[in-house]
Amino acid sequence: MPPDWLSPEEWQAVALSLKVSGWAVLCSLPLGVLTAHALARWRFPGRQALNMLVHLPLILPPVVTGYLLLLAFGRQGAIGQWLEPLGVVFAFRWTGAALAAAVMAFPLMVRAIRLSIEAVDPRLEQAAATLGASRPWVFLTVTLPLILPGVLAGSVLAFAKAMGEFGATITFVSNIPGQTQTLPSAIYTRLQVPGAEAQAGRLVLVAIGVSMAALLLSEWLARAAARRVGA
Amino acid sequence: MSLSVSIAHSLGAFRLDVAFQAPPGVTALFGPSGAGKTTVVNAVAGLLTPDAGRIEVDGTILLDRRAGIDLPPHRRRAGYVFQDARLFPHLSVRQNLLYGRWFGRGDGPGLAEIVDLLGLGALLSRRPAALSGGEAQRVALGRALLSRPRLLLMDEPMAALDRARRSEILPWFERLRDVTRIPILYVSHSAEEVARLATTVVHLDRGRVAAQNLPLDKAPGVTLRATLRDYRANVAHLDTPAGPISISAHAPPLALRLRIDAATVLVALSPPEGLLGTTVIPAVIEDVRNDLLHLRAGQALLLARRPPGPLPATGTAVHAVLTAPPRILPE
Repeated sequence: MPPDWLSPEEWQAVALSLKVSGWAVLCSLPLGVLTAHALARWRFPGRQALNMLVHLPLILPPVVTGYLLLLAFGRQGAIGQWLEPLGVVFAFRWTGAALAAAVMAFPLMVRAIRLSIEAVDPRLEQAAATLGASRPWVFLTVTLPLILPGVLAGSVLAFAKAMGEFGATITFVSNIPGQTQTLPSAIYTRLQVPGAEAQAGRLVLVAIGVSMAALLLSEWLARAAARRVGA
Repeated sequence: MSLSVSIAHSLGAFRLDVAFQAPPGVTALFGPSGAGKTTVVNAVAGLLTPDAGRIEVDGTILLDRRAGIDLPPHRRRAGYVFQDARLFPHLSVRQNLLYGRWFGRGDGPGLAEIVDLLGLGALLSRRPAALSGGEAQRVALGRALLSRPRLLLMDEPMAALDRARRSEILPWFERLRDVTRIPILYVSHSAEEVARLATTVVHLDRGRVAAQNLPLDKAPGVTLRATLRDYRANVAHLDTPAGPISISAHAPPLALRLRIDAATVLVALSPPEGLLGTTVIPAVIEDVRNDLLHLRAGQALLLARRPPGPLPATGTAVHAVLTAPPRILPE
């Protein structure tokens, strides 16, 4: 396969998608673990409300989520106007695409991690406490190692979802080549132009390849992690 | 070093209200299931906060509801050996043993000493999944000891083990009792374990202390001398003055004492049929006294609870059925 089988612009879209999805997963992972732990183990008022909020991007039309992100994080947005003086800008930047991808993938990530937390025997955590471990230490030394397979699975799932994110991204940060044109946006754009089906087809192949690779990686990671915990 | 417990707690319709002292050595919390034994131990460990009460170890207050003191479990230094070993599956035996040491508190025995005391040398690099029940329980015991506890709590640590494993691990517990100077609270409903291990016995019944320090043998029953005639496939065939008795045992001595509690003896007028693994001893009713039937069996006397209703005359031939295997008493 010649190295120029994708045009520079198409490579740009692929690279941008990988960057956006990678950062989206990396940055939302700590919050995802915390949220999953809160939903699985903590008892507090508003737990159901938090659960609803986390799942909202899953049930709302992506366009609506994108529009809400625009309202909140646009330059004039409720949060965006406070972040701009600090040099944090999301609107029409790749960072905005990452934010949109993170929000859309968040429910999937939290669900996977929450399931694995609920599978951890709380009696092991009790045993750790009687051995002198405070709550944060119990989490770091017992819970976290035991949920690692779930965390990895959740991350890969979220990555795959982020790679495919289209509606919220195009609504929030538009479709600027080299800036915010991710793989799905690039495919969409080429499908709008007569005669560009071949280009679109190549990008579709890349999308399929990346998704399959993510799936294989997650299987492999889950198996390796399961071996490590002796399960 | 001693532990003093005085707590009250309600759980639905169940009401627990106990107070007792546990000196160094093994204090057995003994009683039927549902008596509140585990609730007491969990309250001492801090896994459960009782409605009211005070728990103190060696001058340190772990709980005082009135003064608003309730130390969290990780600050109580109460080593807990659970019924299921609860070893961390992602850590090796060595890492499990050293787990409590990460939080370095006080001083106490080192890894080498504990490994030696409990015979864990060959297990160190294994994973918990590769341990037998008895081995896992020994590791759990070592792990609790290495966390440098002020006191040890054991909630039926042998309940999940079969008889052979139990008699394999009992000597380790005895060794521990003899070398350690901290109070050990030992929950059990097995009279055999309590008889072998306990230095103090607290009888619990329906949430109350029924008796403290009552030697178990005060429960009506008889003690028989027995000699081993044959031992095959973990079953010991014994000769006793009352006749032959077979019990399952692990490496029994040649001569031993058997305890037959009156509560475990059933009296039948005709020879019972089809009871598997049950000892039936032909006997004659000799006397009825203090709600106890005195039965003459061979050259021995057996005691049985007096059944309600009319009784056959003394001198009637009956069959004494042992509904529980006789306990082997320590020599």
